[in-house]
Amino acid sequence: MTAVCYAGCAVALVCALLVVTARNAMHALLYLILMLLALALVFFTLGAPFAAVLQVVIYAGAIMVLFVFVVMMLNVAEPGQRRERLWLTSAVGIIPLGLAATLLALTIFALSSLWSEGLAMSVVGPKEVGVSLYRDYVLGIEIASLLLLAGLIAAFHLAPVPRSEVEPAEESDHE
Amino acid sequence: MLELLWLAPALPLLGALILALCGGLLPRRWIATIGCASVGMSWAVSVGMGFAYLGGPHRAFRQSMYEWISAGGLQVSVGLYLDPLSLVMLEVVTFVGFLIHLYAVEFMAAPPSPPSLRARGGGTGGGVRPPLQTWRGGKGGEDPDGYGRFFCYMNLFVASMLILVLGDSFLSLYLGWEGVGLCSYLLIGFWYRDPANGRAAQKAFIVTRVGDTALAIALFLLFARLETLDIQGAMGAVGRLGQGAALAAALLVLGGAVGKSAQLPLQTWLPDAMAGPTPVSALIHAATMVTAGVYLIARTQPLFEASPTAMMVVAVVGAASACYAAASALAQYDIKRVLAYSTISQVGYMFLALGVGAWGAAIFHLVTHAFFKALLFLSAGIVIQALNEEHDIRRMGGLWRRLPVAGWTFLIGACSLSALPLVTAGFYSKDAIIWAAWSSPRGSPVLWAAAVAASLLTAVYIFRVFFLVFFGDRAREVERRPGGLMIAAVIVLCAFAVLAGGLWLPPSLGGFDPLGRLLAGLYGAAVGEGGHGEAAFLGISSAVSLAGIALAYLLFVRLRQRASAWQPSRAHLAASRFFLHGWGFDSLYDHLFVRPYVAATRLGRDDVVEGIYTGLAGAAAGASRLLSAAQSGRVRNYATGILLGAVLVAMVLLIR
Amino acid sequence: MSEIAGVSAGGVLSVAAALFIIGMVGIMVRRDLLYVLMSLEIMINAAALAFVVAAARWRQPDGQVMVIFILVAAAAEVGVGLSLVLRLYHRFATVDGDRISSLKG
Repeated sequence: MTAVCYAGCAVALVCALLVVTARNAMHALLYLILMLLALALVFFTLGAPFAAVLQVVIYAGAIMVLFVFVVMMLNVAEPGQRRERLWLTSAVGIIPLGLAATLLALTIFALSSLWSEGLAMSVVGPKEVGVSLYRDYVLGIEIASLLLLAGLIAAFHLAPVPRSEVEPAEESDHE
Repeated sequence: MLELLWLAPALPLLGALILALCGGLLPRRWIATIGCASVGMSWAVSVGMGFAYLGGPHRAFRQSMYEWISAGGLQVSVGLYLDPLSLVMLEVVTFVGFLIHLYAVEFMAAPPSPPSLRARGGGTGGGVRPPLQTWRGGKGGEDPDGYGRFFCYMNLFVASMLILVLGDSFLSLYLGWEGVGLCSYLLIGFWYRDPANGRAAQKAFIVTRVGDTALAIALFLLFARLETLDIQGAMGAVGRLGQGAALAAALLVLGGAVGKSAQLPLQTWLPDAMAGPTPVSALIHAATMVTAGVYLIARTQPLFEASPTAMMVVAVVGAASACYAAASALAQYDIKRVLAYSTISQVGYMFLALGVGAWGAAIFHLVTHAFFKALLFLSAGIVIQALNEEHDIRRMGGLWRRLPVAGWTFLIGACSLSALPLVTAGFYSKDAIIWAAWSSPRGSPVLWAAAVAASLLTAVYIFRVFFLVFFGDRAREVERRPGGLMIAAVIVLCAFAVLAGGLWLPPSLGGFDPLGRLLAGLYGAAVGEGGHGEAAFLGISSAVSLAGIALAYLLFVRLRQRASAWQPSRAHLAASRFFLHGWGFDSLYDHLFVRPYVAATRLGRDDVVEGIYTGLAGAAAGASRLLSAAQSGRVRNYATGILLGAVLVAMVLLIR
Repeated sequence: MSEIAGVSAGGVLSVAAALFIIGMVGIMVRRDLLYVLMSLEIMINAAALAFVVAAARWRQPDGQVMVIFILVAAAAEVGVGLSLVLRLYHRFATVDGDRISSLKG
């Protein structure tokens, strides 16, 4: 089980790197979806099956689909490749990589006390999560739904109106 | 009788006041009358004073008028003090002043030609000239030439000079000192429409200011040490000053005297001061104001006696100025500038006398110099006006037959200046100084040699002017003849230039010395009295002056033809220019003081303090421009900034 | 290294930190706005991973509840964000983030 967990983490890291360095937007999206699936696996091995399922269904299933729609609509994937070759040079990355290395070193140093702590593989099932959600965090649910409503209205309002008569299905709604 | 002493300065002051208030409204006749009468009455008072003083016990008379300052430790009363020294000065100032006022009545009545022509030595007198307005005619209400202004300033000058010499406290002396400085400025720049005159007046004022500051510091020092500004009181307590303080005070007093009397190194203003009208030059810059420095040192004799070093400095300054000015006078071609340098030279003789301890001789020379120098200036004025404002002696000539009055009077003045033996007053006074330079315990052969050399040069330069102006074949037409008052004034001065020598004959020639005995009451026996070889030295100085006259005759009469054909070499021209410009002092001071000061003012012109604030604002704006370069408007950069800050905070938190 | 029972908490948290940093680098480096949004997703997921680790550590459901909320927030953010990108594309005909710098200076 622990090996599976580490393997998932490794895949997630690799995919994340590939997302950041991909030249084709579609490829990057696919890598992103792969990363999400790997993370779902990690969640599962850490004893959070409900979180894993939600990750797959909602994140990879709905949010990424949204991304894909937009990328295809803007048609930036193909012509973007040439562009990205220009934009993504190694010179750009010097300062960010420096910062990244510093922060990584700092974080690992800060977490050094936790390295030896082991996680017992106990599963926290959906029932427990539901009970906790609707008992302790019911206010959070309300706020979350308000947030979604706000996002809905904002998306509806901000999306551009195309010049042609055909109105594509723009709304991104889900609950 | 002596109680009327206060009238002597008060009458000219009153005259000045009247002329200041309504001089522009009065007709010229009234202006002339008021101006001359005030000084004339002052002279009458001084004559009366003379009789009263000499008739009674020769004791100093003090008249206290009122309390001026009474503040803490400072008690100053305005009073007048009459002793032999101030009596002599009083007589000289009022008498010569009166004569010059009479002369000026006619001299100033003729308007000057346009300044631009005058500066270049005359010309044909082209341009519009207003109709001649004599002093008899004219109605009141109009004074375009400043006739009333002139006499107002002249009266004010006489009043200030009298306050200077009669004052019993240093503060009154300083008041008079500043007063004469002011009047000098006003009168040099009298023809103010020409900016060059204004500049000359400014130069005079500023240079003498340097000396005045030294004098003020000296007064501060004396007051700080001796706690009194009363002259007699302070001089009596001089023994309380230490060596250093006495030397410092004496040198500072010398500084003041040097400024006012135009000695080295503050002599640069006097040649330029000739921009003023000729009566001004005669009165202020020959007879009286420039001798104020001599009076000052004579008055503070105890202070100088207390510091032998200071006296030596005085003598050296005097001898150096005498030689310097005599050499420079030889190269001048403006007739008044020659006389200006001559004044510097003669006052140098007086300083030399003071420095070797011959106090009486210095005063004697002051008296004779007042007569013959005023005479020279006034007759030069006649020449200048006769040739329509021509100042350049190279353009004059052949005036002996055409202008005999000027010719004879100038000759007599020149003889007196060059100390022609036995018949002129200058001989006796100058010889007394030359003898004292040798025989005084403080004298030295070097000083004597300098005095003799200057004497030779004096004869040469003044007779050079005489021969060039009155002889030669370039005959100029006389355009204006002198008036009766002018002639009378110069003739009276001629008489005194000859006869005044009788006031103090040396022992080898009779020893009749009323003046000497008078001054001996103040200064003790004259220096070198009864010294051996006085007659021999008389002979030497006589020979020197005669040789000088002969040399001038040779160069400027006999060899004139050959001289005019001779081409001077470059070296000669450079040397002549060097002496013409007074040994380059003007240029030296310009580079040393004026230019740095003007550059410094130009630095401060943009308001340094404000520069600080605008600099701050500019720096803030510059920093803002620099920092706003970081605001690129790009989200990427902002994100980088945020993350950089986060990393820094994390570092601080985690590493602690 | 000694034997640990189960997965090392610090290890997975380090992975979460690394993911977060990768996302951060992506934001700083990429000019294309869509990539920026993708990198944001990575960062959000890293946070979610950290929460799950905490849930596993304390054996409590609270971590997973947080994951739900994170999901909700991410969804709303993506919706609004993509609308904005579409708007920008409509206006400037480009998704270049560097072109949108009128607020500079």
